[in-house]
Amino acid sequence: MSLLNVKNLSVILATNDGPARAVRDLSFSLNKGETLGIVGESGCGKSMAALALMGLLPELSETRGEILLDEENLLDKTEAEMCRIRGNRLAMVFQEPMTSLNPVHTVGNQIMEPLQLHLGLSESAAREEALHLMDRVGIPNPEARIDNYPHQLSGGQRQRVMIAIALSCKPDVLIADEPTTALDVTIQDQILELIQNLVQEDGMALILISHDLGVISENTDNILVMYGGAAVEKGGTEQIFNELVHPYTQGLFAAMPKLGRARTMRLVTIPGTVPDLINLPAGCTFTDRCPIATDICRNTPPPLEEIEPRHAVACHHLQEARSRKTEELFS
Amino acid sequence: MTDESRSIPVLEVRDLVRHYRLPRESLFSEPGHVYALNGVTFEIQKGKSFGIVGESGCGKSTLARNVMALEDTDSGSVKILGKEVVGLSFDQLRPLRRHFQMVFQDPYGSLDPHHTVGRIVAEPLAAVGPISKEEKDSRVAEALKSVGLKPQDVSKYPHEFSGGQRQRIAIARALITHPELIVADEPVSALDVSVQAQVLNLLKDLQKEFGVTYMFISHDLAVVEYLCDEVAVMYLGEIVEKGRTEDMFNTPAHPYTRILLDAVPKPGSGQKRSRIKLKGNVTGQTERRTGCVFRDRCPMAQDVCREVKPPLTPVGEAHLAACHFSDEMIKKAQPHS
Repeated sequence: MSLLNVKNLSVILATNDGPARAVRDLSFSLNKGETLGIVGESGCGKSMAALALMGLLPELSETRGEILLDEENLLDKTEAEMCRIRGNRLAMVFQEPMTSLNPVHTVGNQIMEPLQLHLGLSESAAREEALHLMDRVGIPNPEARIDNYPHQLSGGQRQRVMIAIALSCKPDVLIADEPTTALDVTIQDQILELIQNLVQEDGMALILISHDLGVISENTDNILVMYGGAAVEKGGTEQIFNELVHPYTQGLFAAMPKLGRARTMRLVTIPGTVPDLINLPAGCTFTDRCPIATDICRNTPPPLEEIEPRHAVACHHLQEARSRKTEELFS
Repeated sequence: MTDESRSIPVLEVRDLVRHYRLPRESLFSEPGHVYALNGVTFEIQKGKSFGIVGESGCGKSTLARNVMALEDTDSGSVKILGKEVVGLSFDQLRPLRRHFQMVFQDPYGSLDPHHTVGRIVAEPLAAVGPISKEEKDSRVAEALKSVGLKPQDVSKYPHEFSGGQRQRIAIARALITHPELIVADEPVSALDVSVQAQVLNLLKDLQKEFGVTYMFISHDLAVVEYLCDEVAVMYLGEIVEKGRTEDMFNTPAHPYTRILLDAVPKPGSGQKRSRIKLKGNVTGQTERRTGCVFRDRCPMAQDVCREVKPPLTPVGEAHLAACHFSDEMIKKAQPHS
């Protein structure tokens, strides 16, 4: 029995142009102490899936499916019940530490808030705990920093404060949505290592969302590749990097400049852009950009098929995708 | 150093210094300064790409603004095609601006949302002098075509385009005056991986086609390795290592370069890589420093690093580093695979 079990999650957002299907039939499960990476380009539904888990979707949206946390469906909860779960059992680290911290409250107050709200600590006990948390996430000299406002801290420090807030109530599941995208490589390295250590010490489950395959590769056990709101490939991190199967995963990997690669080699590009979520194609959403798409792709959505235990791919042309080299595919 | 027989470099920067004055904190004390650039020297030959890397706060963007003559320089010299631009007035600079253009980081913020693409792309032509409407239109069409946009896009507005396409518009705007030098400040860091690859390939193609020279600022070392012939690593307003991309990435002679290279996550490399990690972030821009700029964060700093500032010295062919222990660094370096 897994800690978090997501079954056929769909998110439909109401927009001026009609309903946008931001997430479609997403299923995954997560055990205690496990790390799941979600990769994809912007607009592929990664962040919407995370917000759906947290129950933080925009008002005019519809969520279908089941999100089971310890066998309890979070989608059946009332807002009041969700308020007790959010920040307490499920916590999230957002992408931009500048905009997600409140600029008019000190960072100390912001770390103390969940402690007082969820754990019922007194103000002095919460302050004590906040100092401890700041120390734990590696903010130097917490006594001096606790009364600082967010603008007085650097980007890396702010992200540490975000992590301290997320960790304050020892959540079962931590969702980190692009936690290091706005940061320098060296700071990224520090923050990712911090998250890894904390996850290992507390045995919580982590969902790490990123567009950077390097970050995902080094920090996760399992990977879910999303495209057009649905999972196109999933499996163990090693399995996936041993054999990238779905043409989108292959293209994404090949498009990344990698250190130490011959400079004369041209980067592979995936033609076109991500599909419009309002007018999704009837079949496979990658059809228009896929080099091996045929008529069946246009009309029939491909099922997720296991190619080896745990490694599943949604593609009609598995044989062809596996047998050809990426450079040949996208040339 | 410079060989007389070589042609004039497109960009020649000598001892560039830029300090910003901070607001006075008390009536009786001298105001502090941010020492953003402390004597930067480099040159770029025609048709080459020169990369500048470093963490935020290292002075990369200040350098770009000074090279573009967008603000006053304290001292030093910037020569574009052999012509000094430091100290020139705005009006004197105007006719020269056609030779150097800039592409900014954020394709959302750098295009005026109220103007059509045609007007945005045509704007730098004002620096060229009066030209006929027909010529203007044909040059806009030519610039759009060279970046892979359609001629009918001229009447559209920026919001009708995706991030990658907007960056193409920004590149078209930079190309329209047929500049010798394009300064690109993090041009692909706001883009998705697949779109980033398209823009990087486009930049390479344009260089092949028009022989443009790039000064390319990025914090992404993989991108710099892909695009640049030469690289300079900056720390606290100084160049700490400079050389050909292959040499520097294979045998970094400065610990900061090594650490930056090691911090880049590598897909498919498995979870544990042994490496030196860097603590803290860039601080000390407001102090006058003695010794090595990197000494506070350097894992191999010794007493000598606190006292003696290591000069930028040659450690190989066209490869310079400012470290007391660069020989050791090179000996230790194993080629990246």
